[in-house]
Amino acid sequence: MTLQVSIAKVLPGFTLDVSWEVGNELAVLFGFSGAGKSMTFRMIAGVMVPDRGLITLDNRVLFEQPSGTDLSPQERSLGYVFQDLALFPHMTVMENIRFGGHGKNRKLRDGEARMLVRRFHLSGLEDRFPSQISGGQQQRVALARALMRHPKALLLDEPFSALDAPVRAEMQQLVKEVQKELSIPVVLITHDLNEACGIADRMIVYSSGRVIQAGTPAEIVRHPFAAEVEQLVSYRIGLCEQKLGPC
Amino acid sequence: MDSSAWFSLRLSLQVASAATLLVFVAGLAVAYLLAMKDFRGKEAVDMLFTLPLVLPPTVTGYYLILLFGRNGLFGRPVFEATGWSVMFTWQAAVIASFVVALPLMIKTARAAIESVDRNLIVAAYTLGHSRFTTAVKVILPLAKKGIIAGTVLSFARAMGEFGATLMLAGNIPGRTDTMPLAIYALAGSGEWSSAHILVAVFTVISGAFLYIANIYGKKAVI
Repeated sequence: MTLQVSIAKVLPGFTLDVSWEVGNELAVLFGFSGAGKSMTFRMIAGVMVPDRGLITLDNRVLFEQPSGTDLSPQERSLGYVFQDLALFPHMTVMENIRFGGHGKNRKLRDGEARMLVRRFHLSGLEDRFPSQISGGQQQRVALARALMRHPKALLLDEPFSALDAPVRAEMQQLVKEVQKELSIPVVLITHDLNEACGIADRMIVYSSGRVIQAGTPAEIVRHPFAAEVEQLVSYRIGLCEQKLGPC
Repeated sequence: MDSSAWFSLRLSLQVASAATLLVFVAGLAVAYLLAMKDFRGKEAVDMLFTLPLVLPPTVTGYYLILLFGRNGLFGRPVFEATGWSVMFTWQAAVIASFVVALPLMIKTARAAIESVDRNLIVAAYTLGHSRFTTAVKVILPLAKKGIIAGTVLSFARAMGEFGATLMLAGNIPGRTDTMPLAIYALAGSGEWSSAHILVAVFTVISGAFLYIANIYGKKAVI
């Protein structure tokens, strides 16, 4: 499965013009805040419309302009975990997860939701509301809810930014496992180089609405194309080298 | 309280209940459209529905006569077809109460719906849920407190409706004299002791509703 994105949008004071492709791997969109990473996600998910371009998933056109194809968010078969998680505050953990299973019969949905509860170590929390569980647990609920839909690609917008280091490491591991298990494109936004080096198969570096370099973390850290990339990676390079191992 | 006072109380509750039911359905639909959709003339629609809040009740009543009177826009075809006119019936009091209470529901429910986090709505869409399911399962439950507050306020306003009702339904004892109209008639004819009782009962009922609306209104802000 491949997620192919080639889109452009002109806004007052900001222009987004990016092209990239992600296969069955874990890719990281990396760059400073305001570079257009979240906007790209919103366009892939169909909640914001690009001016022109092409988005395809598994050879299915989700968006194409000028031809006029623009599938609704409901039709796009994507799992989208929002930066603020967007858990429904009036639903319990179980109800939130079940709500992700649109269109399935109730019994099937219940069975699947229970399985995800166990898989994501949420047993015992089924009847709690999102405000009554920890940040890491909320994170797992959001991920489980997104997986209920059997997505063909997973978009994670800065999923770990609010977590403590140990919980963060645990979640990174979980996402990595999920990617391997489902074998779908998983794209994750971060501005933490350490995180990007730790989990990414591929890094796509954003700057001011453009992709300035794409490649494996090792390629990007060791051979930055442009001064901008160098500047982006330089301040955490020591930590990153530890994760990547010797050259 | 004598039998005519009881009649007025019962009529007021009946009129206010019927008007509130209509206000709930129509007000919620209009509030949802105003909060969720962008269309040309949106604020003009809001202004039109809000006008009864600022117009003198007699002016609102006058417009209602132009619409529902025997020679009115809607009233004439109905009268020609059936020989019946809504004027001077308890249903006319319902129409008057509906029109003046509607803006309270629209304003309160619109604010409540607009305050629902857009990300939650988008999240429901990306999970594959239709606009209708999202409205029923996500938006309305999260705007519930504001909607309840709007409904209670509308009921209280419908109970207190006087001017437009007088214009459209008249003040016919035993037929259209809701509590506010009965109090007006009692005061006009100097029957103070009966008026005292009705005024006290009315104040208690309206105060109770306002109290309930305040409780939900406060919670709705969160």
